[in-house]
Amino acid sequence: MRGTRILGAAALALMLAACARQPIDTGQGYSGGGAGGAGGIDSGMIGTGGLGGGGVLPGTNIGDTVWFLLDQSTLSAQATSVLDQQIGWLQANPGRIEIEGHADERGTEQYNIQLGARRAAAVRDYMVSRGIPDSRISTNTFGRARPIATCADESCWSQNRRAVTVVAAGAGV
Amino acid sequence: MVRPSRRGVLLGATAALLARPFAAVAQSPLRIEITEGVIEPMPIAIPPFVPDAPGAAETAGRITQVVIDDLVGTGLFREVPRQAHLGTISNFDAPVQFADWRAINAQALVTGAVGASGGQAVVRFRLWDVFAQAPLGEGLRFDGPAASWRRLAHKVADAIYSRLTGESGYFDSRVAYVAESGPKAQRRRQVAIMDYDGANATTLTDGASLVFGPSISRNAGQILFTGYESRKPGVYLINAGGGGRRRIASTEEISLAGSFAPNGGQALISVSQGGASNIYLADLGSGSARQLTRTSAIDASPSFSPDGSQIVFESDQGGAQQIYVMGSGGGAGRRISFGEGRYATPAWSPRGDLIAFTKMTGGRFHIGVMRPDGSGEKLLTASYLDQGPTWAPNGRVLMFYRETPGDSGGPSVYTVDVTGRNLRQVPTGGFASAPSWSGLLA
Repeated sequence: MRGTRILGAAALALMLAACARQPIDTGQGYSGGGAGGAGGIDSGMIGTGGLGGGGVLPGTNIGDTVWFLLDQSTLSAQATSVLDQQIGWLQANPGRIEIEGHADERGTEQYNIQLGARRAAAVRDYMVSRGIPDSRISTNTFGRARPIATCADESCWSQNRRAVTVVAAGAGV
Repeated sequence: MVRPSRRGVLLGATAALLARPFAAVAQSPLRIEITEGVIEPMPIAIPPFVPDAPGAAETAGRITQVVIDDLVGTGLFREVPRQAHLGTISNFDAPVQFADWRAINAQALVTGAVGASGGQAVVRFRLWDVFAQAPLGEGLRFDGPAASWRRLAHKVADAIYSRLTGESGYFDSRVAYVAESGPKAQRRRQVAIMDYDGANATTLTDGASLVFGPSISRNAGQILFTGYESRKPGVYLINAGGGGRRRIASTEEISLAGSFAPNGGQALISVSQGGASNIYLADLGSGSARQLTRTSAIDASPSFSPDGSQIVFESDQGGAQQIYVMGSGGGAGRRISFGEGRYATPAWSPRGDLIAFTKMTGGRFHIGVMRPDGSGEKLLTASYLDQGPTWAPNGRVLMFYRETPGDSGGPSVYTVDVTGRNLRQVPTGGFASAPSWSGLLA
């Protein structure tokens, strides 16, 4: 696109002559359905908890999800008790897992992605400290993009601040 | 706060304009000052641009409307409605009957003409100081493909804005953003690009995998974004046309797109390692990346100063998100935000004078600005969820996104003046988030 000066018409010649001239410039080894669902994340994981958490490990009553306080990644006693059960199951069942970290919507986008990663790392670190090989665990994060509850108060936000243990196809039973 | 220069550069020999009783206008010449005070918009008449040929009538009408929309959308101008016009402009080169425009109290008058042939369009315009009965600057013409008529209109409006405010314009620019659709728990997210006013919106990714936070290069030619096509978040680069997609700084770790360096050849990204996230400078040509911060905190949302000498970013190294500034070589940051609450998503103004940010306090989200030394904090907006400011090319307007709460809620893109006035929603035809505003196009 270019801009050029207009040549003044005769009727305006006097006026234009007085003007200053001013030019212008002018799928990585997993298969199966998973936490991503219709949003298109082909996470390739078996998710039993519906939309990214709140379910159980395959064929068990062991919860697949732990929850966190606002802007925190510290594991509560309740969370470690769930993770201890998961660890027991993992010790009996080979195969890989992915820990998916999530955040609620009361934060900024990029930070919440990293906060999800930090929550997933907290779960992984705990599992590794209890003897699960690091090589079996991968971590991921979805930030605030995959809530399981969508209301606009703490009763929903608290459900969304979570880390979900997703078992790879072929693992376990 | 901001006083444009009084250099008579645009006005030259017409500088002998009369002062007139107009609150927001400098004494002389005809000029709007962008200040902290309440602005009385300048009345401007923009009669329909004259088609140079019968075939150009439709394009002329459309271009006129976009020029009006651009100028009125700034909040600095008020259109004197067409029904009030006493005179008409039927010949672009005929003398202007100033009395007709003075009688309806138009301070400024824009006359224009549009020609079209062989797929090309030409727009010519002149800007007049009605009360001085004199042109403001020379007449100008812009040529371009007829299909780019909106850009021609934006060029005209940028020139008018520039002459009347002393600031450079921002209308001929583009915005990358995320177009969102579908239910809240499973939202489809696509990188998209649009004109600054929401026109010509196009999606650039298919929505099959999640995307976050695009950043557009200054010349609007490239877009950096965070994508999940290899299952974990990684940094991708695509052309503004959607092609040429490639992954940057490929790593097993989770990495997020930050923003382009002023030279366009490098970009800031953040990479998470364990529970930490650090900032890297990635070379877009070689793909190599150099680590700039080394903390066990979450360092995120990096943005260069316009001269490339400094980087502003957020970090929770002090316990909660705050804004830090460091040299472009990296190292320990110097904290600049000290108010109540959390501060995030800093963005350095292209003028260099301010840093915009998201502030979270008392359960509310705000867009605000502060000086690069942290002084002069001012909040411009407040809502359930405002975040992610990005600067207009001239540093006078911010775009951000606002989410409405609940299951049926979602994000929309807004603009607000750096003064806090003139809050407007950008029409996007659906949920839209995470805008990133280019520079002025060449």
